[in-house]
Amino acid sequence: MSNSFLIILGIITPLFAALFSYVCRYNNNLRDSFGIIGGLVTFLISLKIFHGIQNNEIFQITFFTLFDGVDFTFKVTALGSIFSLVASSLWILASIYTIGYMRGAGEKNQTRFVIFYSIAIHAALAIAWSGNLLVLFIFYEILTFSTFPLVGHKQNTESQSAGRLYLSILVGTSLIFFLPAIFWIWLETGTLDFQDGGILINQFPAEYLSLLIAMLVFGIGKAAIMPIHRWLPAAMVAPTPVSALLHAVAVVKAGVFSFLVVIVYIVGPEFLLQTKSSDWLVWLACFTIMASSIIAITKDDLKARLAYSTISQLSYIILGAALASSLALKGASFHIITHALGKITLFFCAGAIYVTAHIKKVSELKGMGFKLPLIFFAYTLGALSIIGVPPFIGSWSKFYLIMGSIEREFIVVAIILGISSLLNIYYLLQPVVMGFTQTSRREVKLTKAPLTVWPPVITGLSCLIFFFYANYFLNNVSGVIVI
Amino acid sequence: MFNLFLDDAAALVVVLPLLISAIIAFMPSKIWPWIISLVTLVLHLVLSLHLLKEISISGLIIYEFGNWEPPWGISFKIDGVNIGLQLLFSIFALISTFYSRKIFLSEIDSRDSGKAYSLWLLAIGSLNGIILTNDIFNLFVFLEISALASISLIALGAGQNRKALLAAFNYLIIGAIGATFYVIGVGFAYAMTGTLNMNDLVIQLAQYSDGQLAIFAGMSFMLIGLMVKAAIFPVHIWLPPAYSYAPSAVSTLLAALATKTILYFFVRLLYEVFIIYPSYLSLFLDFVLYPLSLLAIFIGTLIAIYQDDIKKLLAFSSIAQIGYITLAFSLKDHSGITSGFIHIFNHALIKGGLFMAVGYFAILQKDRVTLTSLKGFGYKYPITSFALLICGLSLIGLPLTNGFISKLYLFQALYTNQMYFSIALVAVSSALAVAYFWKIVEQMWFSEIKFKLEKEDAYIYLPIWIITVSIIVFGIYSSPIIEFSNLSADYLISGYQN
Repeated sequence: MSNSFLIILGIITPLFAALFSYVCRYNNNLRDSFGIIGGLVTFLISLKIFHGIQNNEIFQITFFTLFDGVDFTFKVTALGSIFSLVASSLWILASIYTIGYMRGAGEKNQTRFVIFYSIAIHAALAIAWSGNLLVLFIFYEILTFSTFPLVGHKQNTESQSAGRLYLSILVGTSLIFFLPAIFWIWLETGTLDFQDGGILINQFPAEYLSLLIAMLVFGIGKAAIMPIHRWLPAAMVAPTPVSALLHAVAVVKAGVFSFLVVIVYIVGPEFLLQTKSSDWLVWLACFTIMASSIIAITKDDLKARLAYSTISQLSYIILGAALASSLALKGASFHIITHALGKITLFFCAGAIYVTAHIKKVSELKGMGFKLPLIFFAYTLGALSIIGVPPFIGSWSKFYLIMGSIEREFIVVAIILGISSLLNIYYLLQPVVMGFTQTSRREVKLTKAPLTVWPPVITGLSCLIFFFYANYFLNNVSGVIVI
Repeated sequence: MFNLFLDDAAALVVVLPLLISAIIAFMPSKIWPWIISLVTLVLHLVLSLHLLKEISISGLIIYEFGNWEPPWGISFKIDGVNIGLQLLFSIFALISTFYSRKIFLSEIDSRDSGKAYSLWLLAIGSLNGIILTNDIFNLFVFLEISALASISLIALGAGQNRKALLAAFNYLIIGAIGATFYVIGVGFAYAMTGTLNMNDLVIQLAQYSDGQLAIFAGMSFMLIGLMVKAAIFPVHIWLPPAYSYAPSAVSTLLAALATKTILYFFVRLLYEVFIIYPSYLSLFLDFVLYPLSLLAIFIGTLIAIYQDDIKKLLAFSSIAQIGYITLAFSLKDHSGITSGFIHIFNHALIKGGLFMAVGYFAILQKDRVTLTSLKGFGYKYPITSFALLICGLSLIGLPLTNGFISKLYLFQALYTNQMYFSIALVAVSSALAVAYFWKIVEQMWFSEIKFKLEKEDAYIYLPIWIITVSIIVFGIYSSPIIEFSNLSADYLISGYQN
């Protein structure tokens, strides 16, 4: 199979999954199985591409020219191969989980849900493999629009206003900042293609680079840096599979991925290091990390707490991109994988607790650990990985990020990362402590939903296992950084 | 015989619709006026294509009526500036005529069909005259014919809503004021130069090389008159009621073509004639047109957000979009004029498509289309709704639609002129466009009520989809529009540099 054909197949498979789900909308089992099949197919393709990138193969396909110097083209970068692998592999598990959750919670309009879920994955994969910034932008917008029906799924007043906030922040920032930034880059350089080492060096006026970086980081609203983070907690009204796959993996990772891609392949780390135009962003990212950790502590709603934890973790990646040293970029790229694995585990658990025990609040979890041992076991694994305790995979990316900040002689940043880990321990492990130490007098009726229990166990265990195989990913991660 | 017909193509594109209009005026049939109009417009398109062929060979056609040589006789001029617009005009007039039949039948008394199509052709012929004429007084004549035809067409909407009469009356009064301003300006110019022909006017005006107050007064009168007619903010107030209470087919035709032709003449006058007084021109462009365009963009968009009536919403969005076009024209360079023309083409398609879709909804529910009445239409009428969605995304300017191409070239033009504030404003206003458009989408697809699928009329959704597909095609393969616009700018700017 030729390489360009693989890309097309990978990108359209989710669309076919959506189409077949619609065609088979009257047969629930058949309808929901297409998510799993689509996940398997895209996962195999992503894996093949991932290996191909390791062997320096080129995956590229160009369809047509949009305007001078900008084609509608896909080209897999090392960074893109990582993101697509994460998104597609977790799609399989999320599809299984979706079946358990949506039926367990008795949600309406399941067909529409499944369809837009697949379209969102399609957009995420296309973002991962896009060959230039404009193609990335197109699918960035498709991702926003396709997740809108998922956020507003319940169609009540709360979810409708959440959907509006979601859309207005994401589309608004992208049209006001991101698109003009893309135009600006094109006007200065005449191209938007992703190239190793960036395209801006010697082409773009260095004194305006800080402004461009600001337009990009605020324009890519999905990266959820403060003060444009409000959409993410609002989006938590969506059913948990959405929060798990989209708002812990696909959507937010698409945001930080886009920013990372811009830094690595458009601006170029070298140019950043010369001009130090992103140093201000280091401090903004640090502020976001600390502030959202502190907000997370105050949240009693488990999903809201996880949402703020996500905001803080996303800023780790932005921090790494802003530092732009090779170790920091390595850490940032690797953090896409580690955080995805950890956070999807936590969201899966939150959803599983809701479906089986109908509990949403941390304070109500007293004694639940004895009743739901597997879920709490998986939760603990995920939490430990995000905190960054060895031997969990999350410890690697944190290690590289701290090393990166020391490399750039930002000692304060290294200290902040340490403090943030302590805060992580507090707010992520508190539910576990509550679940196992305090006993509840309240009787809780448990519903069985095995399909929601096993996916988090699998992802939780993989957090542990992949610690020992980190090199497998790091090969590609190292391919990202060519300085 | 046919060659004879083609020889006078330049005159016939205007005369033919006017003649046929007189013939069908009192035809009692329901269907024949439509068929005859359709045939007329097919011929019209053939003539336009013939003109395109001629222009690609010779580059310039001056058609002298009655063989009276200009500057004494009236002449039409076809060159690179207007040939693209002529083609667009011809194609869109044909499509909207095809679309109009069922819409007219359900919105006006069927006995009025002959009169309606008579007015319809009258409007088309006279608007086409505005594109081709090379004579400033002849333009006034066409302006008046088109205004009277449009006003009568708008008044036909009274069968649906009595407010159409008021809207038509408003248009009549304000339009007449605009036309009067224009004709006073023409009077000044004629008094000073003794000529009405545009080419000759340039020559005659050159003798007052340092300018005369009377000429500046005349120019100002003409420009203000045209601004009223082109609905440039703040003299746009006639437009929203006129577009929203007119019969749906009429709103489509007017929104897509009427203001565009006047904008074309406006820019032609600026860059072909008034260019000989560069200081006056830059005064006008920098201190009148530029700030007014920015205000139009911003205020038009803001008002559109608060509209409940969809046709009004689209009309206010038109005000903002006209603002984009005039903003581009105020830039005084090649890139600006190019991007202005690009947006004239693209916006004609986008707004035409949107008005067509909304017009169809209006006759389906036999009532005004408001936000709440659109609930569930996405499920009820998926074919038309989906076309509306694509046109709307193009209005916002998302990539892969022709609206994006407009935006791209506008940004480029603003950037080369270092107008960073305008860039920011355009970016913000395009984000605000999401606000008003998404309200529609939300009602159509994401409201609680669900409807059963209903049958849609292929005669109506076919033209809508032709427009929609062209929106996507020109978003991906944009070179035809860009080349025509470049050509227009080349011709106009060469005058500027001489």
